[in-house]
Amino acid sequence: MELFRSLVIILMGSVLVNNYVLSRFLGICPFLGVSKKLDQATGMGVSVIFVMIMATLATWPIQTFILDPLGLGYLQTIVFILVIAALVQFIEIVLKKFMPALHKSLGVYLPLITTNCAVLGVTINNINDGYNFLESIVAALGCGLGFLLAMVLFAGVRSRLDESDVPQHFKGLPITLISASIVALAFMGFGGIVENLFPAV
Amino acid sequence: MEKKNGAKELILNGILFENPVFVLVLGTCPTLAVSTTLLGAISMGLAAMVVLICSNAVISLLRKVIPDTVRIPCYIVVIAGFVTLVQMIMHAYLPDLYELLGIYLALITVNCIILGRAEMFANKNSVGKSALDGLGMGLGFTVALTAMATVREVLGNASFFGIAIPFLEPFKIAFLTQPPGGFFVFGVMIALTSFITKGKYPKKKSFSCEGCPSAGVCGSKECAGCSSAPEAQEKGGEA
Repeated sequence: MELFRSLVIILMGSVLVNNYVLSRFLGICPFLGVSKKLDQATGMGVSVIFVMIMATLATWPIQTFILDPLGLGYLQTIVFILVIAALVQFIEIVLKKFMPALHKSLGVYLPLITTNCAVLGVTINNINDGYNFLESIVAALGCGLGFLLAMVLFAGVRSRLDESDVPQHFKGLPITLISASIVALAFMGFGGIVENLFPAV
Repeated sequence: MEKKNGAKELILNGILFENPVFVLVLGTCPTLAVSTTLLGAISMGLAAMVVLICSNAVISLLRKVIPDTVRIPCYIVVIAGFVTLVQMIMHAYLPDLYELLGIYLALITVNCIILGRAEMFANKNSVGKSALDGLGMGLGFTVALTAMATVREVLGNASFFGIAIPFLEPFKIAFLTQPPGGFFVFGVMIALTSFITKGKYPKKKSFSCEGCPSAGVCGSKECAGCSSAPEAQEKGGEA
């Protein structure tokens, strides 16, 4: 029960309170670039969840069983980014071969995820926060879900924005950022929700 | 003389006309995250500049050696190597700054500015030019971060470089130092840049799919996921 409780806290914390996009500013590029249409936003979000979990599955054992015992912690950045890049390529090949339907819907987004800072961010944060293997996976799932949630919500906001009359110099990116600011403001309302739902025993 | 002009142009280009943050809209993540304090902004800018100059020079040096098909992974390794160097040096000599920047220091690796310049500039130009381009872009990044941080720290926290400004204290807008304020200030800054520079330089050209850092791996015709291309074209088209 205690384990379950701590996992729920990590999950809720990373989806709502420490949302990667809206309060930690990771993965802003796809957030602004791919959130124009709802289906694209969903596709990107699902791909990111998938890659985040796979990347955590790969990087956590590497850090714990290879880098730490050998005292190679300083190679973390290089190793992680290479693992993520290789993993993304590998997933793409596997999907193409065995699950063509899934590849068709997610394939476009996969290469872009290599340079998505949210993925590298999750893997490094999991190590820095000292999570164990299970906690890391839950945290990765939570961050991915938070990313998906932010993307989907923001796609909705942007579709409304298309029809509004915006001052000339605010057209395009500036007004998008201002709306992102308002969405982020809404997410700040979740601050403290975890502490109050699950008070320390 | 001609060479000097070239150098000056390259640096000015990076700071003003192709400012990586406000005009090319690359590297948004660190811009928003570390611009709450001036100290963080300037050190982040300088760290990125060092990586940018070194990686641009090395990539340009190796541009004829690296096979075209695997160039993106090669660039990433070069960049990650320099990022690790900067991390180690800062950890050893500037531990406070290392703590302040935290994870964003490691994330310079995936900063679109650096990969973007490698792809757009360093693999087509000589070593000297690439290093200068790195200097210009790095300065541009630092200037942009500093501008954002000045607004956010002075108006949001009533201080400048950590020194309190007493008469602003009752009027400080705490919103600006929080995450939503980052998006807000960034939006206003881009609008302002667009207002100041309108029609003074060709915008559209630099925003083709080629300008996108992911272009190499992307392969998509419509550039669905490009961070900068669709947005910027829209902006350029309307100006």
